[in-house]
Amino acid sequence: MNREELKAAITGKWPSAVWEEGNEWATLLGEPEPFPHMMTLLRQDPDLQMDYLFCMTCVDWKTHLTMVYHLRSMAHRHELTVKVKLDRTNPQIETVSHLWRTAEFHEREVYEMFGVRFLNHPDLRLLILPEGWEGKFPLRKDFEDPVNMIRL
Amino acid sequence: MWSFQQAAQQIHEWLSERMSAGWALALEMVLAGLMAIGLFAMLGLILVLMERKVSARMQVRLGPNRVGPKGMLQTAADTLKLLLKEGLTPDGADKWLFHAAPIMAIVVSMLLLAPIAFAMDFQLWDVNIGVLYVSAMSSLMVISILMAGWASNSKYSLLGAMRSGAQIVSYELSAGLSVLTVVTLTGSLQISEIIRSQADGWWIFKGHVPVWIAFVIFIIAITAETNRAPFDLAEAESELTAGFHTEYSGIKFALFFLAEYINVFVLCGIGATLFLGGPMPFHIGSWEGLNRIMDWIPSSVWFFGKTFLLIFVIMWFRWTFPRLRIDQLLNLEWKYLLPLGMVNVLLAALIAIKGWHF
Amino acid sequence: MYHETEILETRTDAEGHEWMTINVGPQHPATHGVLHLVITLDGETIVKVDPHLGYIHRSIEKMCESLSYRQFIYVTSRMDYLSAHINNHGCALCVEKGLQVEVPPRAQVIRVLMDELTRIASHELWWGAMAMDLGAFTPFFYAFREREMINDIMEETCGARLTMNYMVPGGVMHDIHPNFQRRVKEFLKDYKRKISEYDEVVTENIIFQNRMKGIGILSPEDAISYGCSGPVARGSGVHCDVRKHYPYEIYSSLQFDEVLESGGDCFARYLVRMREMKESVRIIEQLIDNIPEGDFQAKTKAVLKLPKGEFYSKVETARGEFGVYIVSDGGTTPYRIKFRSPGFSNLSVLDKLARGNKIGDLVAIMGTLDLVIPDIDR
Repeated sequence: MNREELKAAITGKWPSAVWEEGNEWATLLGEPEPFPHMMTLLRQDPDLQMDYLFCMTCVDWKTHLTMVYHLRSMAHRHELTVKVKLDRTNPQIETVSHLWRTAEFHEREVYEMFGVRFLNHPDLRLLILPEGWEGKFPLRKDFEDPVNMIRL
Repeated sequence: MWSFQQAAQQIHEWLSERMSAGWALALEMVLAGLMAIGLFAMLGLILVLMERKVSARMQVRLGPNRVGPKGMLQTAADTLKLLLKEGLTPDGADKWLFHAAPIMAIVVSMLLLAPIAFAMDFQLWDVNIGVLYVSAMSSLMVISILMAGWASNSKYSLLGAMRSGAQIVSYELSAGLSVLTVVTLTGSLQISEIIRSQADGWWIFKGHVPVWIAFVIFIIAITAETNRAPFDLAEAESELTAGFHTEYSGIKFALFFLAEYINVFVLCGIGATLFLGGPMPFHIGSWEGLNRIMDWIPSSVWFFGKTFLLIFVIMWFRWTFPRLRIDQLLNLEWKYLLPLGMVNVLLAALIAIKGWHF
Repeated sequence: MYHETEILETRTDAEGHEWMTINVGPQHPATHGVLHLVITLDGETIVKVDPHLGYIHRSIEKMCESLSYRQFIYVTSRMDYLSAHINNHGCALCVEKGLQVEVPPRAQVIRVLMDELTRIASHELWWGAMAMDLGAFTPFFYAFREREMINDIMEETCGARLTMNYMVPGGVMHDIHPNFQRRVKEFLKDYKRKISEYDEVVTENIIFQNRMKGIGILSPEDAISYGCSGPVARGSGVHCDVRKHYPYEIYSSLQFDEVLESGGDCFARYLVRMREMKESVRIIEQLIDNIPEGDFQAKTKAVLKLPKGEFYSKVETARGEFGVYIVSDGGTTPYRIKFRSPGFSNLSVLDKLARGNKIGDLVAIMGTLDLVIPDIDR
């Protein structure tokens, strides 16, 4: 399926889908509330079969955080971006690690780097940062480390 | 012709003329001990250098070539370094066992030297159960390894020691059975007897199939018993960093290292004695002419030549094969080598009774 | 096997065997870098593997936020240092996508040639290191003998042997050395003779095969779910070669096969990499005499500014799919950059593969996952 077909197919199955324009891939905007159902649909629907989560990250927009999920279907060879806007002071979102096991590690990374709490994650611990870094989020824009950061 | 046997005899006579028999014996013992220690040091230096040169040759590189002519003094320099290094002892270690383990290792390999015939009729101790003695002593090696592994209070060491325990105890059986094959054919456990029985040809040539099988099993078993690749699970560095000697440093590490090489030497020497005639020159039955020509080469040269040949084979293994896994290692022993060895002993017995060997 | 909670709480199994926790790394000969695995053992059998990362985390993503679009590419050489060219290539592609620059054909061919040489060099190192993990030392030196020739070629053209920094947005930094074609051809001639030696020494060895076959079986479903890519996924029969399915540069016009094995065990992953080296040789042979004349770099502005938006590009490194995700706010530096490193996802499957196997198998599994720690930590 190409981009427009994919959009139409998803809109057919998920009528409340909101699309963001101007990107390489179809970009679906999600809300934290029905997000788990939407992701389950994307993963399990036989026409969509988004079974490969190849990139997952978060972007700090200073006013809010955006979770970005890049999905691909290995069977149908189509790709989709899912974005979810999160509250910056108390970011939390349902985990997707039961749908894509790779998310388990990626979510741990996002958790320590951005402070997003993933609800129902099986093992939400620091992965990369050593103990004592809880509560400091290095990849957020307002993170300051006067010793180690070099500003050009 | 000059030989070790004559030299020993002359020393004995010279001493006997000058002092009472008791003092002469005591002095001879001291001399023999000093020579054993000297041999130890020499073998350590030579074997380590040989290993490094052999491995370099197989790995398309040069090996040590800076210290001394062609790098000959490299191992001496290494020994010096190890002597001067600080010997660390982990805090949680069982100090007494920790220090005793390397000494135990080296003492066991020294004891192993006793019945080895370095030349014709040149032995420290020609005990009438020589082969049994070697089997018994070489199984003591595992105790030093277990001591080291347990006393280090390190999980890597412990795992290495446990592996080594399982491994040495298992392969002891195969080594014993293959030795037994030759003992059956010879009818004696005494090393000098076994050597004399090969005066008309080495067992590997006149023993037929059972001896060939026993020889192969023996080589595999001693490779395993000395913890060398492909059976170096006790010190598998990519799995257990260094296994039982992870926590050792300095001279205590060097003693383990030395003991390993001496064990290789001794067991290869036993292999050479049992299967390749040891100091016995290459003889073919009643071909007097050939036998006489061969006798011109001193028996010590024959012994060391054969031993180093076997050592080379074992080094060749090490630099060619990947390591086995612990369960594969034990499978190989209990499911293949041990039954084969048992059948082989029966076959050898049949041949010995019927007199089918040459 | 065992459940998470059981492992954390009881530390013994149903039969009363006590479990042992052992730290493999951060300094350990088999982790080839500073990976730290906390392993729970039942005797020699692995109950659980818990990777602790971050010993070489340099926060490259954060660094890139303050580097210009020309500068940040050089940092990425330090991620997967064994396929530095391909990392650079992925970043250059992403910037070019944003700038909408057309790369001259000569530069495209040079880039692909460099990529494939890098792939051979990387697989060489993997082969030697993996054989060493399994206790065979000699292959390491064989592998380095050939890798050295590639490094020499790289040194001549790029000026560096490991972190080449040769790719720039719009092409390559400078033209290839006059000797390049001759030396590559010499290398190929030599290499094709040597690669059969590899099979004799390692692949056909019975001990080696016993150590690899049936160990660490990864099903295709798991490979996809865990986000595996590259030889790890292809060893399980998953079609995931980016060069084939999402061709970039001139890969669509080249003759090469996507190497697939169906076993999913360590040996299948091993065979994929061995055959991939031969495919890379095939690609280089097609191109080495056909480097078109022309510019090696497209004209670009001195200061690059990407338009506001998001750009994602992916390339196939020696370890799998490497993705670059740039979020631009229209400035001279990326607003946010994310590297999708193949090693990170491949590592996540380690626990699953290792459970129930022996310690000796762990090194075989880690070896065939081909983990490069700076790539995982970033």
